[in-house]
Amino acid sequence: MKRPFKTRVKTLTIDGMAVGAREDETILELAQANGIFIPTLCHLEGVHDIGACRLCLVEIKGTSKLLPACMTYAEEGMEVITDSERLLTYRRQVLDLLFSERNHVCAVCVSNGHCELQWLAEKLGISHVGVPYLYPQLAVDASHSFYVLDHNRCILCTRCVRVCDEIEGAHTWDVMGRGVECRVISDLNQPWGTADSCTRCGKCVQVCPTGALFSKGKAVAEMTKKREFLPYLQLMREGRK
Amino acid sequence: MSDKLKLATVWLDGCSGCHMSFLDIDERILDVAALADLVYSPLVDNKHFPEMVDITLVEGAVSSEDDYHKIRHVRQHTRILVSLGDCAVTANVPAMRNRFKVEAVLDRAYFENATLNQQIPVEVVPQLRKQSIPVHQVVPVDVFVPGCPPSADNIFYALTELLAGRTPELRTRTHFGA
Repeated sequence: MKRPFKTRVKTLTIDGMAVGAREDETILELAQANGIFIPTLCHLEGVHDIGACRLCLVEIKGTSKLLPACMTYAEEGMEVITDSERLLTYRRQVLDLLFSERNHVCAVCVSNGHCELQWLAEKLGISHVGVPYLYPQLAVDASHSFYVLDHNRCILCTRCVRVCDEIEGAHTWDVMGRGVECRVISDLNQPWGTADSCTRCGKCVQVCPTGALFSKGKAVAEMTKKREFLPYLQLMREGRK
Repeated sequence: MSDKLKLATVWLDGCSGCHMSFLDIDERILDVAALADLVYSPLVDNKHFPEMVDITLVEGAVSSEDDYHKIRHVRQHTRILVSLGDCAVTANVPAMRNRFKVEAVLDRAYFENATLNQQIPVEVVPQLRKQSIPVHQVVPVDVFVPGCPPSADNIFYALTELLAGRTPELRTRTHFGA
């Protein structure tokens, strides 16, 4: 008897469309390659995924659980649904909770008009936030000579943590605390300007999806982020291996 | 008595920018006037909110006792209540004081930043509530028009849709901070 052929390519359907995937490809990558939009916030091409924001949740036939597309690998015969009323409801709830947990005041934010949170709220049709706002008292850390960290606008996507660790190799950023007490911290929970490990490269600022990290001297709506460097750096490193 | 629809606008805790943007519909205000009478507004001279209004646009967050009582009264006498602009929809800039106690806010405004007549007003000026909150957290709201301010085009679109008896679909036309 012939040994079964080891499958390297998986065939599955996304929203009824038959697609082929490499076995190391996530549902998110597969969807993007096939022109299907799945909303994301913590996902960042060039660093590893963590499935934190839950915006990319998808339905997979045969399981009642919703699974994050960025953390779920393509499997043979899968039937994936990326867009349904149920998913839209959950995705809108995620955004509602993000808006209510911190003090996001788009009108006076450096990233107004260039913010991924704001953009997604429009894209997913958030006309208002249904839950009460928490109005937490949060600090702004302007101790760094080039950049500012404003906790009021942080959504804890940890892109800054991952890019600093995985790409820059400094690991200046980390997170502390749980739930609503969770905060991004630099070095040993000290002012950013005193964090010795920081190389001032600014990668964290460029990948931040909101106005939580921004360059000093930027006024309302002036902060645009440039993240073309990331896929480029990744490509160069892979080429060197 | 005209058979036109009755339109009102209310100004709570906002900068009046939404009302300015409303006026920015320019000559199209004649199209609105053809369909509705502006029966109550900071822009007209009626001191009392009428018995029943078809559409009311609300600018601003609910920040003071006056705002609170006014919006509850307006809701009772309005068929369709519209949250106009980010302050009404999200509480926006007025809510930035929510992290501080009211006394600290008043102290900042009337003592720290005042050089003349340092005193906290107790007459005529309404009492601030503990927090500035969006309109829909006080009374049910039928239509939301985000934006700071919403563009004249979006206000005109929302108004003409409502006056024609349709529900405007604004979700993908505007966003917070727009």
